[in-house]
Amino acid sequence: MPELERHSFDVLVIGAGGAGLRAAIEAREHGMRTAVLCKSLFGKAHTVMAEGGIAAAMGNVNSSDNWQVHFRDTMRGGKFLNNWRMAELHAQEAPQRVWELETYGALFDRTKDGRISQRNFGGHEYPRLAHVGDRTGLELIRTLQQKIVSLQQEDHKEFGDYEERLRVFQEFTVTDLVKDGDRIAGAFGYWRESGRFVLFEAPAVILATGGIGKSFKVTSNSWEYTGDGHALALRAGASLINMEFIQFHPTGMVWPPSVKGILVTESVRGDGGVLRNSDGKRFMFDYIPEVFKDKYADNEEEADRWYTDQANNRRPPELLPRDEVARAINSEVKAGRGSPHGGVFLDVSTRLPAEEIRRRLPSMHHQFKELADVDITAQPMEVGPTCHYVMGGVEVDPDTGSSSVAGLYAAGEVSGGMHGSNRLGGNSLSDLLVFGRRAGAGAAEYVRAMTDRPVVSEESVTEARATALKPFQQEGGENPYTLHMELQQSMNDLVGIIRRAGEMEEALQRLEKLKERAQSLTVEGHQQFNPGWHLALDLRNMLLVSECVAKAALLRTESRGGHTRDDYPSMDAEWRRKLLVCTASGDGVAVEEKPQIPIRSDLLDLFDRTELEKYLTAEELS
Amino acid sequence: MSYQGKFRVWRGDDSGGALEDFTVEVNEGEVVLDIIHRLQATQAPDLAVRWNCKAGKCGSCSAEINGRPRLMCMTRMSVFEESETITVTPMRTFPIIRDLVTDVSFNYTKAREVPSFAPPKDLAPGEYRMQQVDVERSQEFRKCIECFLCQNTCHVVRDHEENKEAFSGPRFLMRVAELEMHPLDTADRVDQAQDEHGLGYCNITKCCSEVCPEHIHITDNALIPMKERVADRKYDPVVWLGNKLFRRS
Amino acid sequence: MARAEIAARTLRTDRWWLPPLTTFVGLLLISIYAAFRTFQGDFYWVDQYHYLTPMYSPCLSEECLPAASHFGQPLPALPGFLTPPVVIIPFLLGFRITCYYYRKAYYRAAWASPPACAVAEPHSKYTGETRFPLIAQNLHRYFFYAASILLLINIYDAIVAFGTGVGLGNIILLVNVGLLAAYTLSCHSCRHIAGGRLKHFSKHPVRYWMWTQISKLNNRHMLLAWTSLIFVCLTDLYVALVASGTISDLRFIN
Ligand code: SF4
Ligand code: SF4
Ligand code: FES
Ligand code: FES
Repeated sequence: MPELERHSFDVLVIGAGGAGLRAAIEAREHGMRTAVLCKSLFGKAHTVMAEGGIAAAMGNVNSSDNWQVHFRDTMRGGKFLNNWRMAELHAQEAPQRVWELETYGALFDRTKDGRISQRNFGGHEYPRLAHVGDRTGLELIRTLQQKIVSLQQEDHKEFGDYEERLRVFQEFTVTDLVKDGDRIAGAFGYWRESGRFVLFEAPAVILATGGIGKSFKVTSNSWEYTGDGHALALRAGASLINMEFIQFHPTGMVWPPSVKGILVTESVRGDGGVLRNSDGKRFMFDYIPEVFKDKYADNEEEADRWYTDQANNRRPPELLPRDEVARAINSEVKAGRGSPHGGVFLDVSTRLPAEEIRRRLPSMHHQFKELADVDITAQPMEVGPTCHYVMGGVEVDPDTGSSSVAGLYAAGEVSGGMHGSNRLGGNSLSDLLVFGRRAGAGAAEYVRAMTDRPVVSEESVTEARATALKPFQQEGGENPYTLHMELQQSMNDLVGIIRRAGEMEEALQRLEKLKERAQSLTVEGHQQFNPGWHLALDLRNMLLVSECVAKAALLRTESRGGHTRDDYPSMDAEWRRKLLVCTASGDGVAVEEKPQIPIRSDLLDLFDRTELEKYLTAEELS
Repeated sequence: MSYQGKFRVWRGDDSGGALEDFTVEVNEGEVVLDIIHRLQATQAPDLAVRWNCKAGKCGSCSAEINGRPRLMCMTRMSVFEESETITVTPMRTFPIIRDLVTDVSFNYTKAREVPSFAPPKDLAPGEYRMQQVDVERSQEFRKCIECFLCQNTCHVVRDHEENKEAFSGPRFLMRVAELEMHPLDTADRVDQAQDEHGLGYCNITKCCSEVCPEHIHITDNALIPMKERVADRKYDPVVWLGNKLFRRS
Repeated sequence: MARAEIAARTLRTDRWWLPPLTTFVGLLLISIYAAFRTFQGDFYWVDQYHYLTPMYSPCLSEECLPAASHFGQPLPALPGFLTPPVVIIPFLLGFRITCYYYRKAYYRAAWASPPACAVAEPHSKYTGETRFPLIAQNLHRYFFYAASILLLINIYDAIVAFGTGVGLGNIILLVNVGLLAAYTLSCHSCRHIAGGRLKHFSKHPVRYWMWTQISKLNNRHMLLAWTSLIFVCLTDLYVALVASGTISDLRFIN
């Protein structure tokens, strides 16, 4: 057996998207020796795909905006299931996080008076999204990446070594967390390039691995999104909440097949794009739910006036929260009013001059031109729902990002609670920054307060190595690609946008079988850059997390946000008070109910009583 | 609709390698990366390829297709004849790891050598004021997805390994230009561009601009303006005279 | 670590050699014509209509036809085979040779450095524009100033020619200076001086406006480089043909 590569750090950050990088910056600025481990190259994380913007109530465009309004929008969007403390912190701190990015060198689009410009987005009452054209995620990643470089340059000046206190290990996969008793002691993984194993000893680990979309067939997520952090947390003994809530973004590309699922940014609608069915009808007017009737226009004239006069008109229904729009598109297609390739039409070409479209939506223009040969300045796009974001994730302490396991932290998409049952567009980038920073600080505090450092036992290393090598040891088993495809198909068909008890039961049975078959997966070749092996290891995570999703979805007998049940079509105030908590159990998972902490009264007072009545039980209101 | 396409893919590592022939199914609407994935799933399970977003946004899937540096995920199969044999090779300029994957650490090293953004010391977060017309030039450069195709194509390092030391390449000369044009950056980067990042090696033959998938005008908007700034400082008679006559004390 | 072992100099399957070849042939033909006309030392002035070819303007030495010397003859007669244009040609040539577009064109076409993108160049060493002689390319700025002065003189010539009426030659001279002006204005140095060097466009609205206009022209710098170059030759040819009596000028007025 070759010598094991070992490193020792104070804080390990797994994932180099927005949350991971922001956490790493914070930990390093707290004086911690920090390492970032990421599956892709540094700067390629899925955050680059975020297009719309960063929601932050800076009030640059409409000065009526403030954190209370942002908080209200977030809670409404999440159908009040949100962890209210997280929503509060998020709304309060997002502006500072955005301004901070400017000090790192970010260049947002500007208002006339030179401030950061903000744009409209679904579910946000005021123009709130700081943005750079439609490539805000790229700007965020590049800015954080460059901030990390600047911290490394400081170290270089001081110690002569760029990597003295902050080091990035790229193209590296973590397969298991290692514990010492109840505490986190480090992480075990391998270089994707060489397949060699590495042990990181570290008292604190921050998970920032993003989502789970690769368990679904049609998804906007990249291959990295295999629920690694979710699964690592489960196996380390932490719990996941809200796993039944999965956001299907209403507008993904539907054609050509090879790019099916790739995102079409919501800004298309924010900037005037409208949805039409094959009859040419703007169908969203038929889908305004009762709770939103007073905020959304019920006729085209008013909706169109809104773009120029937001004070006196209600918003167009195309800008309803994502879950509503996704469901509406789904029903239109099912009713036979879909576009040729099974979506609906999203049209800006008739709404804005071509020049304006190219200026405001450059990457969309480029994406459709290059991938689908569609000129969006002249033709409508075909779009349909795509699995986009998981609201559920590791249950964390809002203030520090700490999970229930000592030393284990989580931030960003892999953490749960902040977005409740449905996330508003633009809230994810701000979530990454706010809670990335908090997790970084939380982990640093934890390490500082620690009296003795945890120790990694040899057994745990041997075990982790054996688990990782298992797929090579077997012969005659199945190819991981086949299993992955079956998993994606099952989740898409049976635990997708619209759910039914019978289908989810079937999904669970299928998952059981897949789990068994996964035991005997076989991969060929050697450890060096072997995609088959990588997939085999990721599959283990996807199966575990998918089970959480299916089990929780089956239990929750209501429809809310990113969880729609055909057999329980309405929202139930009793269910709002309950969270479904998923923990590891045997070779699978167990899901249990847990009461939600009641919302603090001063936060409740921010809402009208009539509005609260739609969500809360009479008992809670009294 | 679908047909059997002919492919030649470079396979090997730093100890050697060769082009291997494959015949593989191609369907309507597919891109080269789809075909590589199909090869992985059906014929060559350990074929190494780097990719991520599959939408031309992350810059991971850079390679050379029929000898032209391109993103595999943004190269539609429909641009080729069905009878054509399509050659896919790794980027040439960087050391090979395996198959289509190269070691791009050269770029990360160069990135670190560009001094970071230096804002005015007395400006608090939230107080930054910049005009749209002032940020637009740098914003163009910030569209860069770091695919490193420009770095790969630039003959200064592609054909002359020994220049890697002295030359940062178009991507990072552009980064210098980006900061130089940033309305709030306070550092002076002109001499550095020439002396440390090797601006003089660029002979403005524009291959970087030709291959950039983001269509950034690297040469016209970043490299030449940097050369002009150098000329301002070192070679302009009028500026020189102006400085002599009106030197601010 | 080594690069991937790929023997072929390029795997490009398109006709990548065509553009550099075209450029090479084009530049060669024009050079031959220009050299011939320079040393011909005749047929540069049409006395009847006051047409002066741009290649001989300004004509400053004593062997010039007096009428063609719009700015006097400060220089003595040139020795040996030298002709009047040799005084101004260094500036015109220098401007074009150090032009960012022409640099690209001849580095690729004549020096194969590189011949085309992703095609290996034949040279074993490369230092670019870091040392003598190519470091002198940085003098483009000087040549830009000089060429601007020559352009003003050409414009003057074209206007003066209207003193005798209007003929096809006048139109040609006019179009010629138009193209030359567009080429000169679209120069990267000009773009830089006009506004590009500013850090804050917002504080200099007029220069910003100039910069945006010049940027638009600059986008077509290559096109203007070729059209202006070819048109200068055609203008010269026309003047030469009229001056030598081979053809007569087509007159509209007078
Ligand atoms: S223009 Fe300069 S930097 Fe760009 S490819 Fe050519 S030599 Fe390299
Ligand atoms: S400048 Fe263009 S070619 Fe170069 S790395 Fe950036 S996106 Fe790629
Ligand atoms: S995979 Fe992201 S650019 Fe091709
Ligand atoms: S750049 Fe061509 S003339 Fe100046």
